[in-house]
Amino acid sequence: MSAISDHDLEEPTRRDFIHLVAGSAAAVGAAGVVVPLVHQMNPDASVLALATKEVDLSSIEVGQAIKVMWQGKPVFIRRRTAEEIAVAEETPVSDLPDDRSRNLNDEALDASDTARTTASDGVARPEWLVLVGVCTHLGCIPLGTSQGEIKGDYNGWFCPCHGSHYDTAGRIRKGPAPENLPVPPYEFISDSVVKIG
Amino acid sequence: MSHESTYDPQSGVEKWLDKRLPLVRLMYDSFVDFPSPKNLNYWWTFGGILAICLVVQILTGIILAMHYTPHVDYAFDSVEHIMRDVNYGWLLRYVHANGASMFFLAVYIHMFRGLYYGSYKEPREMLWILGVVIFLLMMATAFMGYVLPWGQMSYWGATVITNLFSAIPVVGESIRTLLWGGFSVDNATLNRFFSLHYLLPFAIAGVVVLHIWALHIPGNNNPTGVEVKNVKKDTVPFHPYYTVKDGFAIAVFLVLFSIFVFFAPNSLGHPDNYIEANPLATPAHIVPEWYFLPFYAILRAITFDIGPIPAKLGGVIAMFSSILVLFVLPWLDTSKVRSMRYRPIAKLWFAIFAVVACALGYLGGQPAEGVYVTLAQICTAYYFGYFLIILPLLGIMETPKPLPASIADAVLPPKSDASGGAIPAAQPAE
Repeated sequence: MSAISDHDLEEPTRRDFIHLVAGSAAAVGAAGVVVPLVHQMNPDASVLALATKEVDLSSIEVGQAIKVMWQGKPVFIRRRTAEEIAVAEETPVSDLPDDRSRNLNDEALDASDTARTTASDGVARPEWLVLVGVCTHLGCIPLGTSQGEIKGDYNGWFCPCHGSHYDTAGRIRKGPAPENLPVPPYEFISDSVVKIG
Repeated sequence: MSHESTYDPQSGVEKWLDKRLPLVRLMYDSFVDFPSPKNLNYWWTFGGILAICLVVQILTGIILAMHYTPHVDYAFDSVEHIMRDVNYGWLLRYVHANGASMFFLAVYIHMFRGLYYGSYKEPREMLWILGVVIFLLMMATAFMGYVLPWGQMSYWGATVITNLFSAIPVVGESIRTLLWGGFSVDNATLNRFFSLHYLLPFAIAGVVVLHIWALHIPGNNNPTGVEVKNVKKDTVPFHPYYTVKDGFAIAVFLVLFSIFVFFAPNSLGHPDNYIEANPLATPAHIVPEWYFLPFYAILRAITFDIGPIPAKLGGVIAMFSSILVLFVLPWLDTSKVRSMRYRPIAKLWFAIFAVVACALGYLGGQPAEGVYVTLAQICTAYYFGYFLIILPLLGIMETPKPLPASIADAVLPPKSDASGGAIPAAQPAE
């Protein structure tokens, strides 16, 4: 061991310096190579180009809902009845498993019905509920949008995969899903056209 | 077991080659004159069976890739094209699809063999760990292969499994997007799964070489768990004794394989996978392939938060832990006695473990509600309890039966009693 200790006590030599610099350069080079090798897996330009979608809402009657595709995922747009709005508004936030808005238009809000229907301009339109229709548990599509589908115990949506129940504001009420259905970024271009994304 | 090379090159060509690249010597010492315990039973034939499974999957897979199109618009159609138009395409695809099931059937038997006879214990820890690595690679390969036909179960199975990664705190969502190459399972996902599905079997083949290397250093374990003491008395050469025994077992296994391929080719699959993938409609009941069901049951058994860990993350952790625990098994089992033939108490707990593992498989295929969830939770608790509590404690508390002095002693009748009085060996739990 004494040889090693002696070596440690010696002044760094030019060779030590070259080892250090060469090693560092190799490490930086390796890191530089990893970036393109990994980043190529992220969404490409053609996928990102499809990041927004405009939807005409004029044909949707009160009580109806539609499914549209946005970023490869279904988006539910529901024109809620006065009764559905009332039930959602009367539910205290403290009763909810997830008390955050999960609204990408304003993530700081709580899970109140007003917060859930707020668009990117900060205005809430209670009649229109816009949701990403992907269960927050493991990504199944909840039932309840099309007519005749099971809507679950809270008259909103029901995920058949593992039994999550969402209410009329798309908030998780029962089952394994950890979060409310997310509200995508959206804005009303006119009274009857919404732009998602 | 490491032994002196007995290869004796005869021809001039062999001698020439042996001085430059002793490949024939390596093969001869590994698969011809390799000393193997003389008491290996049929549970030991599954290594050879698994080698055949890997070869079958790689061969049929390379051929299928010549006719398959990894694109969301064509994948489903190209699989039907293989089934209907390609000469013998139906046969190649059915062999490949059922071959995956046969591969897992064999690997599970192989693993339970190792668990029962203590094949993971010193000095075979690396051998066991490499086996677990192969098992993980097999699971990844099989999962990605199942996505390729782009049916409903392909699509939704891929969605559910990739969503598991979103449970990881902070970076989970980014990892999921990275895996998808988009905002959902889509064309980019299908393409990369095809690429990796083609790559991983060769990675498996590489680890298999290491696995066999790690086997040939200490040599085979055997049903008594007693180490070879005298190579002459306790072992026989691998060839012809075990080439023939393995060969017979492989033939019987291929009969079972053929029964599935020719008479029940879709019995192990799910009918929904003959419906093309539809991102707007989830099947009523998403189930993985049968060989993943025990782990799927463990995933779904965690329906409650564990302290600060939400249920979803807890399920993911439990599922991965159920495999990762196998890596440390050699150090969890404190008993010095390898074979459960001589561990009367451990044998009972092992039998319960085998039943629990099958029960988890059944429960993973049932809807996640009511009594099924409770039963899955009980079985999950036992699964982990077996490794983390029962095996460590039993090694200290259990009094094992006396071990035979040697392998030869265990299998040959005592000299004074030539009429035969071989010890009736206990059969492993099935």
